[in-house]
Amino acid sequence: MDFLTTFPSMGRADLAALRRGIDASFRDFSREWGEAIEAFFHPLLRFLVWFDNLLLNTPWPIILGVIGLLVWAGSRSWLMTLGAVAAFFAIGYFGMWRDTMSTLAIISVATILCIAIGIPLGILMARSNRAQSIITPVLDVMQTIPSFVYLIPVVMLLGIGRVPGLIAVCIYALPPIVRLTNLGIRLVDRDVLEAATAFGASSWQKLWGVQIPLALPNIFAGINQTIMMALAMVVIASMIGVQGLGVPVLRAISNQYLALGVMNGLAIVVLAIIFDRVSQRYGQRLQAHRKGQNQ
Amino acid sequence: MSQTPKIKIRNLYKIFGPAPEKVLDQVRAGLSKDALLAQTNHVLGINNVSIDIPPHGLQVIMGLSGSGKSTLIRHINRLIDPTAGEIVIDGEDVLRMSETRLRDLRRFTTSMVFQKFGLLPHRKILQNVAYGLLVQGKSTQEAEARAREWIARVGLDGYENHYPAQLSGGMQQRVGLARALATDADILLMDEAFSALDPLIRTEMQGILLELQKELHKTIVFITHDLDEALRLGDNIAILRDGAVIQQGSAQDIVLAPADAYIRDFIKDINRGRVLRLGALVKGPAPEAPVLPDDTMLADALMTLSEAPQQRVAVADKAGKVIGGVDLKTAIRAIHA
Repeated sequence: MDFLTTFPSMGRADLAALRRGIDASFRDFSREWGEAIEAFFHPLLRFLVWFDNLLLNTPWPIILGVIGLLVWAGSRSWLMTLGAVAAFFAIGYFGMWRDTMSTLAIISVATILCIAIGIPLGILMARSNRAQSIITPVLDVMQTIPSFVYLIPVVMLLGIGRVPGLIAVCIYALPPIVRLTNLGIRLVDRDVLEAATAFGASSWQKLWGVQIPLALPNIFAGINQTIMMALAMVVIASMIGVQGLGVPVLRAISNQYLALGVMNGLAIVVLAIIFDRVSQRYGQRLQAHRKGQNQ
Repeated sequence: MSQTPKIKIRNLYKIFGPAPEKVLDQVRAGLSKDALLAQTNHVLGINNVSIDIPPHGLQVIMGLSGSGKSTLIRHINRLIDPTAGEIVIDGEDVLRMSETRLRDLRRFTTSMVFQKFGLLPHRKILQNVAYGLLVQGKSTQEAEARAREWIARVGLDGYENHYPAQLSGGMQQRVGLARALATDADILLMDEAFSALDPLIRTEMQGILLELQKELHKTIVFITHDLDEALRLGDNIAILRDGAVIQQGSAQDIVLAPADAYIRDFIKDINRGRVLRLGALVKGPAPEAPVLPDDTMLADALMTLSEAPQQRVAVADKAGKVIGGVDLKTAIRAIHA
């Protein structure tokens, strides 16, 4: 009877020894390799710091102008441009300019990093079923594992700071762009692809001339999702020393400052909405050819 | 056949399934398509097909859906690899070609028109027509100049900057045709090219194709499930059923001497007066006048026949030499057989 009521688990002492063993070997690993890995990520840190300083040291009217220009270039909508500039003005007026710039810097760098890694990975997945069957479970883990769990080894390796924060953001934000690039390429009409083959297109010509252009709407949806998820990580990233809108939110939580929390939270929401609408509009404009489909 | 064939297909087999080579011998021994599926779970796509396609001719391959015709045409440029057999184009074995050589064959020797058009939806008409040329490595300028010519030839001037989705089906297929012709390939593969179009547009496209062919003299392989289309276009017709060729010959051969009940059933409802020509019915002496060429369709000859003395006309071959006579009764019997 005893067997049925107590789960046959590993002994307490054995389990502790196992955990200690894993911890110790990882600690050894990080002592051995920590510096090398830090050196590897150093260029990233320098870029991040440079970009952060650029945003912070540029006079605010110029930043506002650049934001307006970018929004207009993406959306071609005066209303949206005006709205975005007004929203940023309000953010600055309520004293959140510095933090917003820091957040903007880390989100931009994280997005660029995710695009640079994610799109090639997605292409690889689309071209090889074996790659897909290996990468898919990894993406599943990245998306479902609680962020705090992978923060531990990252902090052990790299300490507290911007780079570990950036890595944490990327782990969380990378999967959608990989998945949607893969999906987009796999969804390309077989008939169109066959026609390209029949005209003697090489696989490179097919990739750049047919598959990627036709997958762009999905790839853009992936970039959009990546940005959204990166923004969602801002508060968690601030726990390991990333400057930005997450820091005051964290302070607000521990001190029960309602207004501070709401204001900074809303600033994150505003950033998200602007990023989302502009990138969606841009994605739509890329599909000019779909107009008149039903004629 | 006197001419060397442009495309030679010999004993071609295509079996779909997990281990086609293993069941090939059974198929060669005569196992039927249904039995093969039931016993081994393999699908017989092409069953021992041999066709010689002469240069500059229009070869129609006809069959109902599932007969293997679209599979067959994809073997010619090896979009599908056969299980066994031989495909020779201009004396060169397509199956032994390296990846690069095969790509060159597809770029320079063959071009293709598809049932569902296969146009690139994100490119304008001009870039679609130029596609084959760009793949060949031509400069954008040259490719677009040639593309413009072909767009004009198929009657689509002014649509260069439209997207495919903005055109009707018939217009899209003209783009497909222009794209295929622009590469200047000798061989034009047309996979049910006009089947998706409505009947009036289809007839119009057939006219355009015949008109262009008069001048271009390409070797055309045309796949269709429509017998009227096959009879109208084909210099030579091969009829396919369950992956095997059951009859090959000219339109008249098939109409006058159907190989089996299946084909007889097929040709029951066609307009024989528009397929049969006087040359096939020549019998007995020729009157002095009137003289008609031997490729006159019976439907067009009836009026002359009925007004001729003794309702009899003389038939002359292409050189103008009289080869015999035909009377009205024979003509009417041939039409109503």
